[in-house]
Amino acid sequence: MQSQATYNYKVVRQFAIMTVVWGIVGMLVGVIAAAQLVWPELNVAEWLHFGRLRPLHTNAVIFAFGGCALFATSYYVVQRTNHTTLFAPWLASFTFWGWQLIIVLAAITLPLGFTSGKEYAELEWPIDILIAVVWVAYAVVFFGTIGKRKTSHIYVANWFYGAFIITVALLHIVNSAEIPVTLTKSYSAYAGVQDAMVQWWYGHNAVGFFLTAGFLGMMYYFVPKQAERPVYSYRLSVVHFWALIFTYMWAGPHHLHYTALPDWTQSVGMMFSLILMAPSWGGMINGVMTLSGAWHKLRTDPILKFLITSLSFYGMSTFEGPMMSVKTVNALSHYTDWTVGHVHSGALGWVAMVSIGSIYYLIPRMYGKTEMYSTKLITTHFWIATIGVVLYIASMWISGVMQGLMWRATNPDGTLTYSFVESVKASYPFWTIRFIGGVLFLSGMLLMFYNVLKTIAGEKAYNAPVLAPQAAHA
Amino acid sequence: MDINDVRSILTLMGFLCFLGICAWAYSGHAKRGFEEAARLPFTEDDVPADRVAGQSKEGKANG
Repeated sequence: MQSQATYNYKVVRQFAIMTVVWGIVGMLVGVIAAAQLVWPELNVAEWLHFGRLRPLHTNAVIFAFGGCALFATSYYVVQRTNHTTLFAPWLASFTFWGWQLIIVLAAITLPLGFTSGKEYAELEWPIDILIAVVWVAYAVVFFGTIGKRKTSHIYVANWFYGAFIITVALLHIVNSAEIPVTLTKSYSAYAGVQDAMVQWWYGHNAVGFFLTAGFLGMMYYFVPKQAERPVYSYRLSVVHFWALIFTYMWAGPHHLHYTALPDWTQSVGMMFSLILMAPSWGGMINGVMTLSGAWHKLRTDPILKFLITSLSFYGMSTFEGPMMSVKTVNALSHYTDWTVGHVHSGALGWVAMVSIGSIYYLIPRMYGKTEMYSTKLITTHFWIATIGVVLYIASMWISGVMQGLMWRATNPDGTLTYSFVESVKASYPFWTIRFIGGVLFLSGMLLMFYNVLKTIAGEKAYNAPVLAPQAAHA
Repeated sequence: MDINDVRSILTLMGFLCFLGICAWAYSGHAKRGFEEAARLPFTEDDVPADRVAGQSKEGKANG
């Protein structure tokens, strides 16, 4: 074979390794915040206060850990399934360094208290501009690569990644419209309830497109690859994609039930959230059924365990979410720990587990191997992580429902049965269990880090050759 | 016709478009292309076979 072009793995390798690093950092901050709720003395200084660490935790796990996982896998999948190298590799390199800079800036500014106060969009305006620039570069690389594909079809995973990239650009730019007053302070361009609606249109679609569509792209590539069989139903994946695209945009108002938002808007949000269950479960079934005929692999392959368990949590949280969007249920659940539990069932159970599985698949291939240093350690990681998630979400369910019931309880004369602080006191045991769950999940990530280091130690970076699709049939 | 009629029509068109996509996806017409597309992740080896050996600490038990 003559020397030929190789895939651009460098940027994939960089993002894949940083996924593990930022995963540890983001989850560590989460564990510290969880500990601060149990032991308030740990709020030692203003920049390490719960109120500052909490947004740092959410930004780090969503955008640093999740973001790096999405960059790594999308750059890998778009090349492998289109049989072509990256378009403008130097621009891809810019997205890596730009994204790392954004993460570092977030890690500095959030503890210092610079925030625009919008959940999951706290970063101040200069960083917002940087995010927009990096994101547009990402879109150029991704769609440029699809543009020079050597295949006639665009594999379904790319559709999900593409939708994620376009939508996140739209969400970020619209929701970040703000009026700067100083270098570190800006105010939203929207006012009152419109501002709230724009924020939760952004917030819920960040869940729908950043934390769902992108990771579904991962699912549609890595589950078939690890199971060594094509996706269960390709036509279902097409319907899944379009159903998700047509419905997600409308679900945001369920974050604003019983607020100043018009009642009809709340009802629309609730209806579309209920409808969303159909595409979500369609996608989950498609992923899980890909294993049909190969269920035995689940017994021995911990990467497959991660991937399939992530789909189970995806199914669970996409059932729970629509239920919580029902206004009467929301009247009980909103502002309680139940919401926090729901988010983590999606974030740890679905997003983190599908990412961890995919990164375990990617890392050895970035060094010309097909296996991690230790498969047993992956199995251990899987069980530690699973027990951690279960402890986390079960404790939050119990404390959430308890808080909701305590807050709404009234005496016969109409006065409140419990003061707020009584509900706080009753929550302590569950917050301790949540802390333990978080510690377990974080320990799993440390095992992963060790396994990754051992896998790449002494190995040379490897870039696989690009083969023409017709020449590839062995 | 006010702006809300336009909004209603657009929503309806979106819905019809989705039904059209479903009908197309489940028609025999799309089947062949879907089968080809579904095989795209499998058209080449991740790592050329000559490079692959027992690399994990436990050997090829889970190969």
